[in-house]
Amino acid sequence: MSEAGTPLLEVENLGVNFRSEGRIIEAVKGATFTLRRGETLSLVGESGSGKSTAAMSIMQLLPYPIASHPTGSIRLDGQELVGADERTMQRVRGHRIALVPQEPLTSLNPLHTIDRQIIESIRQHQPDITKEAALARTIELLKLVGLRDAENRVKSYPHELSGGQRQRVMIAMALANEPDLLIADEPTTALDVTVQAQVLDLLQKLQKQLGMAMLLITHDLGIVRKMAERVCVMTDGVIVEAGNTAEVFDNPRHAYTKKLLDAEPRGRPLETAQEPACVMEADDLKVHFPIKGWFGKPRGHVKAVDGISIRIRRGKTLGVVGESGSGKSTMGLALLRLIKSQGGIRFCEEPIDMRNTKEMRRFRDRMQIVFQDPFASLSPRLTIAQIIEEGLINFRPELGRQERRDAVRQMLDEVGLRGNILDRYPHEFSGGQRQRIAIARAIILKPDFVVLDEPTSALDMSVQGQIVDLLRDLQEKHGLTYLFISHDLKVVRALAHDIVVMKDGHVVEHGPADGIFESASSAYTKELISAAFDLRARDPAMTTVSS
Amino acid sequence: MNVEAQALEPPVEPVRRFRFTPLTRRRWATFRAHKRGYYSLWIFLALYLVSLCAELVANDKPLFVWHKGGAYVPALVAYPETAFGGQFETEADYSDPAVQKMIADNGWAIWPIIPYSYKTIDYDIGAELPDGPSARHWLGTDDQGRDVLARLIYGFRLSVSFGLLLTVFSSMIGVAAGAVQGFFGGWTDLLLQRAIEIFQSLPLLYLLIIVSTMVQPGFFTLLGVLLLFSWMALVRVVRAEFLRARNLEYVRAARALGLKNGKIMFKHILPNAMVATLTFLPFVLNASITTLTSLDFLGFGLPRGSPSLGELLSQARNNLNAPWLGVSGFMVMAIMLSLLIFIGEAVRDAFDPRRAA
Repeated sequence: MSEAGTPLLEVENLGVNFRSEGRIIEAVKGATFTLRRGETLSLVGESGSGKSTAAMSIMQLLPYPIASHPTGSIRLDGQELVGADERTMQRVRGHRIALVPQEPLTSLNPLHTIDRQIIESIRQHQPDITKEAALARTIELLKLVGLRDAENRVKSYPHELSGGQRQRVMIAMALANEPDLLIADEPTTALDVTVQAQVLDLLQKLQKQLGMAMLLITHDLGIVRKMAERVCVMTDGVIVEAGNTAEVFDNPRHAYTKKLLDAEPRGRPLETAQEPACVMEADDLKVHFPIKGWFGKPRGHVKAVDGISIRIRRGKTLGVVGESGSGKSTMGLALLRLIKSQGGIRFCEEPIDMRNTKEMRRFRDRMQIVFQDPFASLSPRLTIAQIIEEGLINFRPELGRQERRDAVRQMLDEVGLRGNILDRYPHEFSGGQRQRIAIARAIILKPDFVVLDEPTSALDMSVQGQIVDLLRDLQEKHGLTYLFISHDLKVVRALAHDIVVMKDGHVVEHGPADGIFESASSAYTKELISAAFDLRARDPAMTTVSS
Repeated sequence: MNVEAQALEPPVEPVRRFRFTPLTRRRWATFRAHKRGYYSLWIFLALYLVSLCAELVANDKPLFVWHKGGAYVPALVAYPETAFGGQFETEADYSDPAVQKMIADNGWAIWPIIPYSYKTIDYDIGAELPDGPSARHWLGTDDQGRDVLARLIYGFRLSVSFGLLLTVFSSMIGVAAGAVQGFFGGWTDLLLQRAIEIFQSLPLLYLLIIVSTMVQPGFFTLLGVLLLFSWMALVRVVRAEFLRARNLEYVRAARALGLKNGKIMFKHILPNAMVATLTFLPFVLNASITTLTSLDFLGFGLPRGSPSLGELLSQARNNLNAPWLGVSGFMVMAIMLSLLIFIGEAVRDAFDPRRAA
């Protein structure tokens, strides 16, 4: 931070074009920004806004010659990088500029131990270093990123580590050659909120310690506020607003920035009657997956859900929170009898736990589910109309083709998708639009009970708010009962009347939402709350334990 | 507030009942961009079309006869010799000089380019058989005096038709079996897979030899017997696709809608598994053709006298002094198989999502 005068990175009027089937797509149009040593700049925008493309062009890692730079220059310490030859870039990449990618699982080679991968990147730029020294440096790096028991972990394979640990390894690898600039491309999007808070803390600490500049790419304004000194807001390949984070957030000038700031999930759950009838009840619900040994004899069980009792009343929303692996999605599937379970389940006072697949079919129009990933939950080869009308064909056979199409059109209108889209295919839509389609498919049969399995976590922050509003409107209009599964308490607070906090298949805490947010009793719940609202890992001790 | 909805304001679009999906159009474009495969497809289709009309290209009957003010199409209709003033009630033998003279005296005839059918024996060759290429027989004759070119045209048609039929039927069985295995998984999968492995290890050739001692193998018996063994090629691919897809969220969503298994399999998973299947088809077709040829070569294939490429190759082996037999048989096999491989490559590229960019 000492040489505040000379910028480390200067990006000037940068343009990126992609050529595709003879057409030219302008992904980035005239982006200009600078980054000084020790400073954090955040590029924020929705998916498709060109923020990752802009960052990748700094490392010259775009698929050239499909991609090209019609205009602009990128200078690192005065050295021009646009059009630099491959050998120059190889010296820059990993050495002066390092990347922390979004998805730590696919970024590590699953067949190599982590020490081999880190040593490889050290030796790439320091060819003279001995093996022993490189290994020592690796262990030092892993300690630096807070991987506990680094001496033993150094020989593990990526699959032996959790998501947060893998991201720590990726950060260690990025730091291996003490880069001047760290590009973090949505470094926490694939992680749980609690782990996200830990990784962000770590990045902040390391940046201070090593005096690096950091370019942070994210769609989450909360992260920007916590991490970045300056921010560039991008949409459609254009930087529409830039400035100090505090100023931009307090006094946004561009309409798009205002929209982004507005779009965070907010609002409160609907008012409901005091004690409506129970729609879904479960007593001591258990889902155990056998671990098969020789000849299919179970050696033991993975207890995904282990003795949970819940009651969900009509018109209300029960929020289920917990980190990934806590068994919350499994519980949702078990309640709908989509996977095997033990324990009593009653749906509208009728026991359904002993019914077989065939008998369950007559209940299916009254209980529905919306999945997390809107890209996986819509069959890519069916049109929107075909996807949504499937339930009608099945349960309202008396409807004719035209009536069905009318019903589908009306439903699409209700979820906020207008226009002539009935005969289009899912891939033509954005994530948020697809999630609306998935919601339309679930709601068109007017079910009593809907399981919402992380319906917002695969979406951009700005779209999450819209989906939450939509779900609340639909609940009011049709008197729907929700089981809302999420790892993000921010979203849960906007919808849920009651909350169940789950960990390792057990209920940690259970009660009315207000009570839990105001005075959570368990340390785990408190940690979840502070991670979600302040993006802070509450307790350094917890940081290492749950990483 | 509702920004997404606004973005979707109708790009007014006429409602068409049927249209190719953008995906299909993009795949077709990728296929066309693969020049070698694209031209191979047209060449192959042209060759097959010509061979389908083999009776009009190579035949020992005239295409058209004008005789005493009457029109005859001997290539399509059988006329007795008496129609042209002869004595026999049987079908006229147009290669007989006497019949030719009767027609020439009272009218005229249009002959196909190659005036021999696959079974026409040319008795008028003075030389020793097999006879080499000449103006009379462009690719020479085989050891029974039959025109090689005519036999190649008919043989190509037979091979490709046989291969296509075998491919279609074995795909249907293979896809169904793979779908059941992959979708239900568990014991169903395990038992079927073991059964297939046992079945696969049965020696096909011995079985065919046994069958051919019991019945005279014709086109359809051979098709049936080969079908028993060739349907397994696709099972593996389809099974893998179904195993993968059955836990995908859109299949779960279909289950949550109470759909029956059959419907989930056909409406939701099969269209997605078709990519792998289609990519495989040209290679299955190739394998089918090669199997038929090798059986013919060994003499366990189609009945004697059928125009078969394998039989031609086996004649070439027995008559090493007549290289035109081997060369022409080899060339036809090589060109046919190469065309199919090229088409297969282009199909594979077209369905490759990484190339679609």
